[in-house]
Amino acid sequence: MASGFVIRKNQYYDSVFLMSVNRRISEVKGIQQTAVLMGSPPNKILLLDIGIQDVQINNAQPNDLIVAIIAESPAIVENVLGRLDEWLEAIQENAPVLRVRTLEDGLSNKPDANLAVVSVPGEYAAREAKKALDTGLNVFLFSDNVSIEDELMLKKFAKEKGLLVMGPDCGTSLIGGVGIGFANVVRRGPIGAIAAAGTGLQEFTCQVHNAGSGISHAIGTGSHDLSGKIKGLTTLATLEMLEADQQTSVIAIISKPPDLSTLAILLKRIAICKKPVVGCFLGIDPDTLSGTTNFRPAGTIDEAVGIAVAPSNGQPVAPSEDLNPEMLAVLQDEKKGWSPEQKYLRGILAGGTFCYQSQQILDEAGISVHSNSPIEAKNRLEHPDRSSGHTIVDMGEDYYMVGKPHPMIDGTMRRRRILAESHDPQVAVLYLDFILGYNASMDPVGELLDAIMEAKRLTKQRGGSLTVVASVCGTEDDPQVLGLQIKMLQEVGAIVFRSNALASTAICELLG
Amino acid sequence: MEIPENKLLSGPVIAINIGLKSFGTNLEQQGVEVVQVDWTPPAGGDQEMMDLLDELL
Repeated sequence: MASGFVIRKNQYYDSVFLMSVNRRISEVKGIQQTAVLMGSPPNKILLLDIGIQDVQINNAQPNDLIVAIIAESPAIVENVLGRLDEWLEAIQENAPVLRVRTLEDGLSNKPDANLAVVSVPGEYAAREAKKALDTGLNVFLFSDNVSIEDELMLKKFAKEKGLLVMGPDCGTSLIGGVGIGFANVVRRGPIGAIAAAGTGLQEFTCQVHNAGSGISHAIGTGSHDLSGKIKGLTTLATLEMLEADQQTSVIAIISKPPDLSTLAILLKRIAICKKPVVGCFLGIDPDTLSGTTNFRPAGTIDEAVGIAVAPSNGQPVAPSEDLNPEMLAVLQDEKKGWSPEQKYLRGILAGGTFCYQSQQILDEAGISVHSNSPIEAKNRLEHPDRSSGHTIVDMGEDYYMVGKPHPMIDGTMRRRRILAESHDPQVAVLYLDFILGYNASMDPVGELLDAIMEAKRLTKQRGGSLTVVASVCGTEDDPQVLGLQIKMLQEVGAIVFRSNALASTAICELLG
Repeated sequence: MEIPENKLLSGPVIAINIGLKSFGTNLEQQGVEVVQVDWTPPAGGDQEMMDLLDELL
């Protein structure tokens, strides 16, 4: 085994670019590990973790590119690092032409700009967002690792200036049909949405589209917006904007469990909203939310879609939340193939909201599930990498994100986990979610197909049968094409559902 | 002081993209006017220097 590294001073690239170079180099025969990153302090720790250390690395700055590799022989190391410019140029060919160096230069090019999309590393994000607000721009803040204090500062400042901060940690928004971040291609229509849950917003907007209705605007607020510290500043500001918006006739709010005092503030505001509001606050029993005449609580995202599409137009058909008799028969047949020791669920998910909603639905059915992101602390996995009993893992959780791309962009981590689970003879059901749309993997199903087939093969070899349940969040108009992704799954024997809630209901049926 | 009305939803979106270039490319593909900022960590990523610059500007 041999290792080596190259440092390029003052050569800065964004994380998606670095990931592309990393992926290409890792495909070279004989390469065991690659690290293509900037010289920030956390990245230097990552290099140390894989055994790459040197005084030059210690001295590297966040503006310096570091490429480190571990390979089978010194010749491979020398060959790859010696051809580094070729790797960089191969990716750069596809990159857009760069134009300006600072926000101020950008504004002088487009003085009528109304939105800054900020996705710089977290430690610089608040600074850039503040500058954007200062110049009168609304902010879509994709970056994570922004402190709650900075988030509060930015949102208070935005409120003073009559601007909106979507985020931090905001994965998606749709403004007047324009998708920002991880958005899907959905029809325009009368339903406005607000969500403190990235994949929750994608699921809601896709289902509204697939039900035949459409979205006026869908605004991500960032996952902490309904916390006790932020008190829904962006949610409340967006509610006001959607209330005034002529395109919007009904408003839906989707979130993971909100802080209860913040929820009370929000419900008070909803009560005087001039438009009907649907609220899906996962983890809160909808029966406990007092309904005012204009407010309808929903227990799941599917239910929220059903309520939202119904009054907006006579045409759209609310999706059914029940499994049809044919599907129930399919599920019963699946169970017949299981060996006596097969009994557990393993959910390997990319969507944080899906991880949460699945647990909620299984919990309501009396099925206790372990997770690295559990509803109740007592169900937390001892280690995220080690499943126990019924387990649903959020592969986009922080533990998996250090120096790695999100599972919506790259399936490598999920592929590894599926193969690891396939060696456990007690696994009966494998549940996978697939999220389509802009900026997501161009072939999320294709990336996992080999692993799914291998897991099924190993289970069969042991005399059993692995049931693969899948849900796909997307539309036919997405770049990945919903129908094609579903077809690939069905061809390898997966049972495919159009929503996470329905897939979770099917899993209850399988385990019940 | 009266807070101005936010006209973002009345559109069209005109964006300045700071960070991941693929986000800017996607917006361009949707017909949105975008300026791509070729961002690098300010002051070479030196926090003390950044704070100093912020104070000076």
